[in-house]
Amino acid sequence: MSYLTDKEEGTSYLVMGNEAIVRGALEAGVNVASGYPGTPSSEIIDSLAKVASELDLYVEWSVNEKVALEVAAAASFAKLRALCAMKQNGVDVASDFLLHLAGTGTRGGIVLVACDDPGALSSANEGESRYFARMMEIPLLEPGNFQEAKEMTKWAFELSEEIRQIVFVRSVTRISHASGNITYGKLPEKKRRAEFKYDGLILDPDEGVMVSPPVGWKHQRQQEKVKKVREMFEESPFNTYQGPERPDLLLITSSACYLYSREAISILGLEDRVGLLKLGTTWPLPPKLLTKHLLKTDRVMIVEEVLPFLEDHVKILAAEQAFEVGVKTFYGKNDGTLPMSGELNPDLVIAALSTVLGIDYAPVSEDYEQSAKLFASVGAPVRDLVFCAGCPHRASFFSIHNALELDGRKGFVCGDIGCYAMANRPTGYRTLKTLHAMGSGTGVASGFGKMGQFGMDQPILAVCGDSTFYHAVMPALVNAVHNKADITLVVMDNSGTAMTGFQPHPGVARNALGQEVPGVDIAKISEAIGARVEIRDPFNVQETRETLNNLIEDKNGAKVLVLRQACALSPQRRNKKNYDVRVDQTICVGEVCGCGRFCTRIFRCPGIIWNYEKKRAEIDEVICAGCGVCADVCPQGAIIREDVPKR
Amino acid sequence: MKAKQLSKDPFNIIITGVGGQGNVMASRILSNMLVNKGYFVTIGETFGASQRGGSVISHIRVSSRSAWGPLVPKGRGDVVVTLEPIEAIRVLAHYGNPAVEVLANTRAVYPASVTAGESTYPTFEEIKEMLKKLAARVWLIDATDEAVKLGNSILSNIIMMGALSAVGHLPIDQDDFTAVISRTLPLDKIADNLQAFALGVGMMKEKRRQER
Repeated sequence: MSYLTDKEEGTSYLVMGNEAIVRGALEAGVNVASGYPGTPSSEIIDSLAKVASELDLYVEWSVNEKVALEVAAAASFAKLRALCAMKQNGVDVASDFLLHLAGTGTRGGIVLVACDDPGALSSANEGESRYFARMMEIPLLEPGNFQEAKEMTKWAFELSEEIRQIVFVRSVTRISHASGNITYGKLPEKKRRAEFKYDGLILDPDEGVMVSPPVGWKHQRQQEKVKKVREMFEESPFNTYQGPERPDLLLITSSACYLYSREAISILGLEDRVGLLKLGTTWPLPPKLLTKHLLKTDRVMIVEEVLPFLEDHVKILAAEQAFEVGVKTFYGKNDGTLPMSGELNPDLVIAALSTVLGIDYAPVSEDYEQSAKLFASVGAPVRDLVFCAGCPHRASFFSIHNALELDGRKGFVCGDIGCYAMANRPTGYRTLKTLHAMGSGTGVASGFGKMGQFGMDQPILAVCGDSTFYHAVMPALVNAVHNKADITLVVMDNSGTAMTGFQPHPGVARNALGQEVPGVDIAKISEAIGARVEIRDPFNVQETRETLNNLIEDKNGAKVLVLRQACALSPQRRNKKNYDVRVDQTICVGEVCGCGRFCTRIFRCPGIIWNYEKKRAEIDEVICAGCGVCADVCPQGAIIREDVPKR
Repeated sequence: MKAKQLSKDPFNIIITGVGGQGNVMASRILSNMLVNKGYFVTIGETFGASQRGGSVISHIRVSSRSAWGPLVPKGRGDVVVTLEPIEAIRVLAHYGNPAVEVLANTRAVYPASVTAGESTYPTFEEIKEMLKKLAARVWLIDATDEAVKLGNSILSNIIMMGALSAVGHLPIDQDDFTAVISRTLPLDKIADNLQAFALGVGMMKEKRRQER
């Protein structure tokens, strides 16, 4: 039994923010959950999948976020409760369907949880999902701590069911991936039965068809829901105020920034000067509540991540109520008091408060600060992100790099989203030259592949991972084949959604619930689409490189090379070495070799280290994963690999 | 349960290291031990892309009064536990202060740039000197070497937790550790972990005895 399904009300557990969201959904009696993996959201569906059989839930990793939301919506239409989870850019993917769903309305409670990543800690962007709530005209909730993440998620289902509209819950990395104590509520006993009713009148929300036309009528009804929600938000316990009745400054905040703001006020000892208005219901904003607090003072600071979403809406409200609340001075993103990119933290809020209120604050003495900075600059060399020891991507990019060098026409790789995005760094030999959204590598390559007409003769490669292939590469590959774009797509199939924790995808014959399901084969799909397909093991660097050169020279439209090798951290490879690897110290001649320290300087596997005293390469036993690729790379043949004896 | 008052509230622990060293696991286990003692604990951690060879930092905020945010403010670290020696230097640049205490595993994990010869890794003596200048107390612990002797290098994180428990800032001991891991770890891993924790406790006790 998971601690997430503990039936005892009032017990307390240390849980991740994502798990608090899960517990909230369980307390709301969620029946169906779907999503697509993406940091920092993945643990939501992972955890729900683990408790699915115990609580009779249906949980799936869908092929992409749009389909995930469609699956969740079907459950809602059948009067079940459904949760759909994704990272911020997942909402971009799902947004086409979301617009229509917001138009038709929903039935069973349905909650869309988006986990944003301010500061792009593990993303290729720091996009804001909050604007979608506004754009789609659906309610937005933002939890400001772990307990609230649970309570809010639970309430979101009730709200959704009451207004028959999807509710948007927005978390951020510092809530989703942080942990804290929460106290449990009750788990419901009642079961729901699924049935989709469609025999009623067309405008009947419960028994009519689920279609967005007649658009004018439905849109008006949707906006009436927003008005109703605005009224409900006036009284919401998720909006709180701490501070004096007449503060010098009103600080309005939401989400993790609430915790930073509270701490900044405490560190500066401003409890008597600054009023802290924490908003949990951030769209539509409750005007009466805001008016009440805006009346308290003339100076207002808004602290949020990343863009001035709250700030702009508060300003609109203040303008609408100008006659009542008077003229305000606003501090926030637009005037530069706080940065408009990157994540915030307590220090940035301390700095902003210090500036606005004219306070001197130094956390440590200047002397200490200077030595600490100096020591870090000389004593702590930067750790660039690298592919893990034994990572198949290193071998793949090594071959791609060599194939392109041999070809000599300045070929390049259009990149995609996954660990292999790091191939724009030295660890991937800087072969990757474009990086955008899921599937965009192949789409962009498809465009480059048609530029021969304008004199371009550079070879065009695209890379994608196995999960990415299903998510968004398939339409781009169809496009490339159909339009005879001259490209080579390299699918780096490492048997799972590796970067986010080995979630299964359609290529794996096992689903989120651990059941056996049909695996959908990447090579066969590519063949059916009409591409020439080759399959290789990237650990065979010689064969892979030769195949690549052969494919690049083939001028007949789109080609696909599937490189199959499991991730070094995958359950099937973790802690299992194929080879015992060592550097024969009598063969390695070190710096006089002429190889220019090829293994450590160029190939750069972290399992190989350079002994500065002996001036020879060595294998770090603790780090080496035993893939044996380096033995093929050493020009002297000094790296020896021997089969690990079978036990 | 009423939690014992701490020397500072919130008490800020930073556990740092390199992706793959068991940083997150160590912070989970430590925090669960503290939650069982009745404390409010908030953990903030950076993982995801940082699994691949990058620096990993877990912020653990412990309070007998209320829950705090997931990030330690600048200059407010109370104890830094590092699984890789230079990571402590990196962390102190932001979270250090003259009263901070450091427990450092001595085993180096070289950044790719060092292996490639593009930057240099400080000598052990240099690391020691820098840490001593920045911290009130520094304990250097050969956790990885001992863990390798136990048969699994990953146990270095548990050895470090054992050592931390024996410093005396936090009211936790081997029994609290046993209670947590018997709930969270598979049966076949428990014996090794108990041994590692006890080893860490022993190493720290010996160091403190030598100090006197």
